[in-house]
Amino acid sequence: MRKVDAVVIGAGAGGGVAAKELATNGLSVVLLERGNWYGPNEDRKDDLRNQRTTILGNNSGPEDEGNPRVVVDLAGRERIVFPSQGGYSNNAACVGGGTLTYGAMAWRYHPIDFRMRSTYGAPEGSTLEDWPITYDDLEPYYEKAEWEIGVSGDDANNPFKGPRNRTLPMPPLPPTKEHVILKAAAERLKLHPFDIPMLRNSVPYGGRPPCMRCRWCVGFACEVNAKCGTQNTVIPVALATGQCELRTGAMVKEIRFDQKGHATGVAYYDENDRLQTQEADLVVVSGAATESARLLLNSKHRLFPNGLGNRFDWVGRNLQGHTYTGAFGYFEEDVYDDLGPGAGIAICDFNHGNPGLKGGALLANEFIRLPIQFLGMLPPGTPRWGKAHKDAMRKYYRHNIIVQGPTQEMPLWDSRVQLDPKVKDRWGIPVLRISGDRHPHTLEIGAAMAAKAEMWLKEAGAIDTWRKLPGRGTSGGQHQAGTCRMGNDPKTSVVNRYCQVHDVDNVFVADGSVHVTNGGFNPVLTIMANAYRASDHIVKTWKASRFRS
Amino acid sequence: MKVRTRRNFLETAAVAAVTGAAAGCGGAVSNWRFLTQQEARTLDAITEWIIPADGNPGARQAGVIHYIDRQLMRRFREHRKTYRDGLAAADRLAGGSYADAPGDVQQETLRQLERDPRTRPFFDLVVAHSMQGFYGNPHHGGNRDFVSWRMLGVPPLPVRGRDQYDFTKGGASAKG
Repeated sequence: MRKVDAVVIGAGAGGGVAAKELATNGLSVVLLERGNWYGPNEDRKDDLRNQRTTILGNNSGPEDEGNPRVVVDLAGRERIVFPSQGGYSNNAACVGGGTLTYGAMAWRYHPIDFRMRSTYGAPEGSTLEDWPITYDDLEPYYEKAEWEIGVSGDDANNPFKGPRNRTLPMPPLPPTKEHVILKAAAERLKLHPFDIPMLRNSVPYGGRPPCMRCRWCVGFACEVNAKCGTQNTVIPVALATGQCELRTGAMVKEIRFDQKGHATGVAYYDENDRLQTQEADLVVVSGAATESARLLLNSKHRLFPNGLGNRFDWVGRNLQGHTYTGAFGYFEEDVYDDLGPGAGIAICDFNHGNPGLKGGALLANEFIRLPIQFLGMLPPGTPRWGKAHKDAMRKYYRHNIIVQGPTQEMPLWDSRVQLDPKVKDRWGIPVLRISGDRHPHTLEIGAAMAAKAEMWLKEAGAIDTWRKLPGRGTSGGQHQAGTCRMGNDPKTSVVNRYCQVHDVDNVFVADGSVHVTNGGFNPVLTIMANAYRASDHIVKTWKASRFRS
Repeated sequence: MKVRTRRNFLETAAVAAVTGAAAGCGGAVSNWRFLTQQEARTLDAITEWIIPADGNPGARQAGVIHYIDRQLMRRFREHRKTYRDGLAAADRLAGGSYADAPGDVQQETLRQLERDPRTRPFFDLVVAHSMQGFYGNPHHGGNRDFVSWRMLGVPPLPVRGRDQYDFTKGGASAKG
């Protein structure tokens, strides 16, 4: 196979952006994606089989068969799990990755989120740290992501956000009933409600139509292509250059190196399960925090026998996600208006500045709930079957508002992914073994956020409320992050401030793995912005040295 | 659903077989994919207790058993033995045939199935699968004619063309 300038592994949020940036700057690129490319009309709107509800499987890969992982619980018991089962921490395996089916909240982290240790100090037992970059370093790239991929919303009324150079390119969608009720209540409480930024067209943008407000949103591909993912934005741009070739069904086995430990390309199994080699001058790893760490650990060399970037045992450590907590409110009036995406209003009053707490979370109303999703949201104590259960469904379904938020987690050294010594996937590649817990302070913050959510709902007129409290166990999930930490010191991080592996200067990691901390926000816009930033550095370095030093 | 496909017809026929007099004939041949005729009668009766008909249809009318039977050939293959043993236990506890037992015996049997650690896994599965079949997409065989969605006040499938939403609002600020 013809040698190329760059091989990008994973066509999700990070890899899609990287492929586009490198290809449009003249590099020849091969973009390898283990999953398929699903068109917007292929999603069957199946409420039992999608990214969020996986009772009958998932709709965006990977398949269960042949893709096990090992999960170790708090008691040390091991079990084998598959992608559609809890604990697997699946994101997606398809062109677009998680951005094909996500809820699409487009948050910029706040300036403090990059300086967590300086602001708060690390709680005992946590590896809480500052990022080696600041909000200001990332700001131009946030803007680029917002305009190139497309964000609607209006955060002008969020006084806690970092400065922005430019407004969002699209206005927010018109408010739902929930939005109107919550906004008035937040204002009465002297909070600062605003329209959530979303990677979703509210008006025609990028040659695609606006959202039609259907209820099949989070968990599903958008059938009118109003949701903006990398599969319908930057990846088509990359392909249109003629400089980028996308290969689907391509499962990367390992990164290959020369004698000196310089990367020479990758070995991967193609769609017919034949082992192929793709040579390249540089490699960008964008498999998300679990699979990127796995690939680095599986890429060994005499100089780093425990895996690429892992001389000091940091690869796979500090696995984070978000600890979602909040509250449920029962309203006498009918508050269901059948308008997707549902989530629309948020406050950032409690992301920081909570006395005694090292952080917090945004709080927002929940996405629209399909009946099958609502089953798991009934009040505690509801009989689980019989007429009483049916009565509860009828009573609450059109009369509830849920407010919740992603608590920023205190990272833990022992929350991690590593290679399982025995279990392999269908290609014979060692799979991940996931273990760890949540820091007690994370649970404390989460509980405080639930109380804030409940307060908001009560003010909004809820006649009954109950809290969703956090639980222990490993985090990760679709917001997975932290396993290839970015830092200035090679002894305490995996990549440098440009997302370049400390040990090997022609391998980069561009996804949530590099997040030092994960904000009290959905992480995708930060992943995209950081991929733009890393790509910028790659292009500049490329023009100077071609990584052949 | 207005469209009468061959599959719908067959399933309707199967319900008739389960709930009507046809259940008495033969016994060797089942209209079901996995379940025997006897098992289907038992399961159908159990699911109707899980989600009973009242002012709105229950599990039986929604065709929940179709969902379960179909998935026992697919996604729920691993649960086949649990179902087979659990349904036999239900019949045994109810004195021979669960579906033919009086209502109070059926109810007491359910409580026993739920209480006994040996049958609890079966009972938990039936509860979960009944809910999925009742509230999930009709595409999978249950929730016939969207009965649960209609009950909750969710209009079936208004996927295209949302006339309540004015797409022209805010268009002025849309710049590429």
